[in-house]
Amino acid sequence: MNDVATYALRLGDDALILSQRLAWWSARAPELEEDLALTNVALDLLGQARPLLARAGELEGRGRDEDALAYLRGEREFLNLLIVELPDRDFAEAIARLLLFSTFQLARCEALTGSADELIAGVAAKAVKEVAYHRDHAVRWTLRLGDGTEESHARMQAAIERLWPYAHEPFAADELDLRMAGEGVGVDPATLRDGWRAFVAETLGRATLGVPADGWAPSGGRRGEHTEGFGFLLAELQSLHRAHVGATW
Amino acid sequence: MVTREQARAIVAGVPDPEIPVLTIEDLGILRDVAIDDEDGVVVTITPTYSGCPAIDAIADDVRTRLHEQGAERVQVRAVLTPAWTTDWMSEAGRRKLREYGIAPPGRLPLLQLGVACPRCGSLDTRELSRFGATACQAQHVCQACLEPFDRFKPH
Repeated sequence: MNDVATYALRLGDDALILSQRLAWWSARAPELEEDLALTNVALDLLGQARPLLARAGELEGRGRDEDALAYLRGEREFLNLLIVELPDRDFAEAIARLLLFSTFQLARCEALTGSADELIAGVAAKAVKEVAYHRDHAVRWTLRLGDGTEESHARMQAAIERLWPYAHEPFAADELDLRMAGEGVGVDPATLRDGWRAFVAETLGRATLGVPADGWAPSGGRRGEHTEGFGFLLAELQSLHRAHVGATW
Repeated sequence: MVTREQARAIVAGVPDPEIPVLTIEDLGILRDVAIDDEDGVVVTITPTYSGCPAIDAIADDVRTRLHEQGAERVQVRAVLTPAWTTDWMSEAGRRKLREYGIAPPGRLPLLQLGVACPRCGSLDTRELSRFGATACQAQHVCQACLEPFDRFKPH
């Protein structure tokens, strides 16, 4: 794959895999409104993923469309960040992840509205308002849970602590990121870090939650090296399509 | 064959499948209708939200209506840019929404005192949930007449 195709695939995979994780909450959220909320967020993300995957396939030139890329790639061929694939052990983790990731994603979308790639710029411009809404939803829940009961506070703090190590990977630029930033197609994610940190720290402070210390920072998603739960996620995402090749309705 | 004006009139009447009181023209998601020697009638539409599931149904309806009215070749293109906003919704669309029981979106940039209840008109309303039955709506409740209602989110 060429650089722009790989870059589009990274952006698309982040959105696709988080969409799949959020869809898991359908009928499992603490209240009916939250079933709708998380699946609405998932739907926005799926809508963002589709044109990005289609663009990656088109630039690759091997005839793979968005479906082939979503349903027929193996685990090592997915390039999403690790934070979007982690399974949620409770609702607090879903909210913590949405806060950490959408704060990053919003800054990235704002930067990418000026991308030299017309499709990436278009998806980013469309996504800015959607992702701002997602982040706002995560902030509201973070405040409610963090500044809520003893139990909700403890769970929210534990969720932030568990996800914090995975919040470093999005900002670690590799050579492709730097080349894409240099060509005006992408953005160097390291430049987004200070703004991200300020927003997250301010939100956690308002929610009476502590900012965890930086330390262990696992990475590998961009190279196709994933966490243990990722294979199970893909199995759920892909099994129907693989079992009924070419089926439509 | 149909002319551009005929094609435009046919397409403009296609209803939104999720909010059928509105046409795709009322919603502002119909961008352009053109006649092309090669592709026939070329209709350009744009989604309200990235993941709007109605967009495929709308494309099907556009094709069906045009075929029924004698257009042989029809191309429907979905474009993302410039990104749709609720400002593109027509005044007629806003009025129809209110009559249907959905609070229409305010004009952007947002300068709004409150969301008026589409049933009794009271401004004493509150948001129940930031998300609703479709990607473009949120749930509210009127504290005066106690009716819950949907609101088209300003976007």
